[in-house]
Amino acid sequence: MSEPVTALRGATDAAGIVQIREIGPRGMITLRGDLSDKATIKAAVAAGGVNVPEVRHCNTEGESGIAWMSPDEVLIMCPYAEVHARIADLRTKLAKQHSLAVNVSDARALFSVTGPHAREVMAKLSPVDLHVDAFTPGMFRRTRLAQVPAAFWMPQEQTFNIVCFRSVAVYVYDVLKVAAQPGSEVGHF
Amino acid sequence: MSTRLATGGRLLDTSKPLNFTFNGKHMRGLAGDTLASALLANDQMLMGRSFKYHRPRGVVASGAEEPNGLVHLGDEATFEPNQRVTTTSLFEGLKAKSQNHWPSLEFDVGAINKHLSRFLPAGFYYKMFMYPRSFWKHVYEPVIRKSAGLGAAPKTRDEDTYEHFYAFCDVLVVGGGVAGLEAARTAGLSGARVILVEQTDHWGGRAPVDGGMIDGASVDDYITKTLAALEGMDNVDIRLRTMGAGVYDHGYALAYEQLTDHQPDATGPRHRLWRIRAAQIITATGAIERPLSFAGNDIPGVMLASAVRDYVVNYGVSVGDRTVVVTNNDNAYLTAIALKHAGLNVPVILDARVLPEDRGLVAQAKALGIRVMMGHAISSVKGGKRVTSVEICSQAGEGAVLEEIPCDAVAMSGGWSPVVHLWSHCGGKLRWDTGLACFSPDLDNPPKGADGMTFVTPAGAASGMFALDDVLHDAFAAADGVLTCLDMKVPSGVTSPVAERREESPMAPIWMMPHGASAKLREKAWLDYQNDVKVSDVRLAAQEGFVSVEHAKRYTTLGMATDQGKLSNINGLATLAGALGADIPTVGTTTFRPPYHPISLASIAGEAKDHVFQPIRRTPMHDWHEANGAEFEPVGQWRRPYAFKRGGESTHDAVMREVTNTRQKLGMLDASTLGKIIVKGPDAGKFLDMMYTNMMSTLKPGKCRYGLMCSENGFLIDDGVVARIDDDTWLCHTTTGGAESIHAHMEEWLQTEWWDWKVYVANVTEQYAQVAVVGPNARTALEKLGGMDVSKEAIGFMEWVDGTLGGFQVRVYRISFSGELSYEIAVDASHGQAFWDALMAVGADLGVMPYGTEALHILRAEKGFIMIGDETDGTVIPQDLGLHWALSKKKDDYLGKRAQERSHMTDPDRWKLVGLETTDGATLPDGAYAVTEGTNANGQRNMIGRVTSTYRSPTLDRGIAMGLVLHGPDRMGEVLTFPGTDGTEYKAKIVDPVFYDKEGEKQNV
Repeated sequence: MSEPVTALRGATDAAGIVQIREIGPRGMITLRGDLSDKATIKAAVAAGGVNVPEVRHCNTEGESGIAWMSPDEVLIMCPYAEVHARIADLRTKLAKQHSLAVNVSDARALFSVTGPHAREVMAKLSPVDLHVDAFTPGMFRRTRLAQVPAAFWMPQEQTFNIVCFRSVAVYVYDVLKVAAQPGSEVGHF
Repeated sequence: MSTRLATGGRLLDTSKPLNFTFNGKHMRGLAGDTLASALLANDQMLMGRSFKYHRPRGVVASGAEEPNGLVHLGDEATFEPNQRVTTTSLFEGLKAKSQNHWPSLEFDVGAINKHLSRFLPAGFYYKMFMYPRSFWKHVYEPVIRKSAGLGAAPKTRDEDTYEHFYAFCDVLVVGGGVAGLEAARTAGLSGARVILVEQTDHWGGRAPVDGGMIDGASVDDYITKTLAALEGMDNVDIRLRTMGAGVYDHGYALAYEQLTDHQPDATGPRHRLWRIRAAQIITATGAIERPLSFAGNDIPGVMLASAVRDYVVNYGVSVGDRTVVVTNNDNAYLTAIALKHAGLNVPVILDARVLPEDRGLVAQAKALGIRVMMGHAISSVKGGKRVTSVEICSQAGEGAVLEEIPCDAVAMSGGWSPVVHLWSHCGGKLRWDTGLACFSPDLDNPPKGADGMTFVTPAGAASGMFALDDVLHDAFAAADGVLTCLDMKVPSGVTSPVAERREESPMAPIWMMPHGASAKLREKAWLDYQNDVKVSDVRLAAQEGFVSVEHAKRYTTLGMATDQGKLSNINGLATLAGALGADIPTVGTTTFRPPYHPISLASIAGEAKDHVFQPIRRTPMHDWHEANGAEFEPVGQWRRPYAFKRGGESTHDAVMREVTNTRQKLGMLDASTLGKIIVKGPDAGKFLDMMYTNMMSTLKPGKCRYGLMCSENGFLIDDGVVARIDDDTWLCHTTTGGAESIHAHMEEWLQTEWWDWKVYVANVTEQYAQVAVVGPNARTALEKLGGMDVSKEAIGFMEWVDGTLGGFQVRVYRISFSGELSYEIAVDASHGQAFWDALMAVGADLGVMPYGTEALHILRAEKGFIMIGDETDGTVIPQDLGLHWALSKKKDDYLGKRAQERSHMTDPDRWKLVGLETTDGATLPDGAYAVTEGTNANGQRNMIGRVTSTYRSPTLDRGIAMGLVLHGPDRMGEVLTFPGTDGTEYKAKIVDPVFYDKEGEKQNV
């Protein structure tokens, strides 16, 4: 098997007011099921290595984590190489539960946006309240980035991780660069 | 003449001179100038020509309400028409040109219209150009279009960038005058998140110009102190050059920030459109002074009294040596006093009122020795391109001239109108304030949110509070009220500042000057300067039966220019009310719509231009396609290779080559864009039986079945191959454009109708790169890759198997959309390019060539396979396409089943799918119609069919087509006539739609 290739082969840009980086590949599993069911929670925690987060939150640790996507869906993250094993494990554990676990690692692109102006750059593209009091590390939003669907969280202050569809990785990278163009600091937050 | 004064100019930085040009003429201004003040400082009073009569026009106002001073700014990639001189900050190297004149501003041929003005009354165009009808399109409209319009359209691409910014706050305060500052301060002290926006480049609005004392100090002191307080609050963001443009439902508001208009060499975006969600909005938008309607009130040099005052105080510019002040209120006396203090001459103040005693400003003016004539008015202003004198009359009379006074400027004031636009955008109602003769926000009928609560509160002059002390108290109260709505509180000890009160006499509503002005005077009394609407026009409209203000507006074009009637609306409707003998509030106002003041279209587009105008979806092999001659076509947001061109080959030749090569050797298609949806659960089979017309629940794991999907109205919406993965999992392929919509369609039925069915769906389209390996050499190629058995026995037609090929984890589907031996192979997208490369390598000896979507279309058309979007158009049902075999008769129901039983759907006269073969081998034009004898009710030839797909088939060396034809399948062998658009006629025989390998032997080897 060849080495996995991400959509932009790890492109980076620091010409603007933030640093933009394509990161990944990252193992990603869409798990749908009854999130109040103990067995489902247990299996998810085992796959993601963290607790199941509250509504509109995510728990992450390094490359692993779980993000809340909807009342019956979580996104489980893990190292890319481990995704098949983790899905197999999930399916075994949830054989009796009505659930769905599928690999979406390759369907996604993952970016990080870093720097003191990261909140501003994101607020130019997503209709989300990114005020320091309103959006904090540990929160997760499924929203849009300009014209495409995207989700993001802050692994730490001044850093956003963005998940989008692989096919629009070029668009997301380019639109982030436009939003981060030199001289475009807002000074709002 | 207008000139720069030796002293004054509170907004100027006299140490920074700036050079600019107007119509190529070099001029000098100062940092802090607007283009208007800089032009006036250079004695450039004439700035443009009006829209209809091309009358000479000078600046009237000093702010956003300016109707006349519109110019072309910049050139080439920075060119922009219709820029207001009063809102344009001066910068070094600014280039402005006047517009709407030919050949020059000074001498304009179009101005002959003014001599025809008595032949161009209200509704002239409507009346004149009615007959003959055909003349409108060919004669009148082209001529009118040529002579109309103010600015020219840009011809060069805009080089600037723009952006949006999403902001959220508790309180948005629009307007940075003293009311806005006070409201923001009060709200900020409570800890609320506040955004304060001001459209100009300075804080404080007009209060510093109009003077007064706040808490014992000057207005400027108050502003400095309050600004310092606001800047010290982390919870408050204050923005200059940012206009509150519109207020919408749910506390949504737009603000328009001009970042580099005043510093074009700065880096960064030019405009930023703020898309704000505010829990509460305070509109501290101030008020606009009204002109007075007297003859000659449009001659350059006639200006609003407040503007004359602004130019003197803010910019140290005198608009004339001798200024006559004409008013119906006390406020205009401030102008006379300011001019006097600046050492300029005020020959007379004409006050239309007769006051019992001299109080306040009236007394002050008289004490300065200014001549005040009570009960007097302007009969007519004399002058052409500049005021030369005014003729004075009694306000009460018909305009008999009592005296002529030479002057070079007239400062007029007809009272003030609160800026109620933002209050009104989202439904705030107005009330008529009789005392101030203006519409003010009706606080009992505010804009309300979804919770039924008020979300817009006016403050200060915008709510009809004109005295400084009232403004401050009102702003404080507005903030206090808003905080209560937010469950917040003004901290104890914080109170409203107190301002000194002036003694004031009431204003008098004056809508025509003099009261009994003759028809001749009314014809020269302008209401709308930009669109050339006069008192006589509005009266004519009333006389002709226009009683609704909205109708009269459109008939006369009053208030329809780029200033949207900021100066003319109230005077116009008062004139209409007078002519109709009705009350002003009964006549009402026209509707206020966003934006308050024009914003750039580019700011609305934001970042969406050039390479990020639209997202383009790329498959994992996109770069390879690009590097290998692909000519792309859009399919939804994807770009798919249409054909891969080699050398100097034409696109058509490339397509023919790709088809032939695939039929004879080996073709490879990037099929990654096809939708892939996983459906899983105990009820998944039942669910898919409802989604598809076919039976999917009986499909065995390891098998594939072609399925059709219909909407609940019975029409075909999608098709594709469904594979059963295991007992409770299916994978549904959709069309390229259908992936997202079919996924949403499934979710909708699951969430709204069958919420209790145990089914989960997931769209995994982009997880896989999928490659179709097609042609007689397909199996050999896969065998060369090795790793799994791909024989007929191991993977039969319409089966799938998981395995490895050349070291890649793959899922191989034995399906064919071409009629050839064909495998579609799915691999994780991150390995897609590597897998494609591996296939190309093993295929090299086998004659492999990639093929594009056009070859795909031809291959499927040769086999008579339908294509969603070609054979279907949203009105076609499976029965029309002869797909009865795909409609399960064993099922009680599926989406569309009942609809397909309706009488119209079972009508034997519905056009049905057939193949079409031209008698001479030519290719039918796309979309051509088959005609028959006679004509229909519209005189058109009767039609009996149309072409849905048509191609040149290299395999059969002739044109082939499919079409929907009346009674088509019953008319095999009949020849139909298809007129082309070039005057030729095509003859085509009705045949079976399967042109190639009818028995299906090729795909089943």
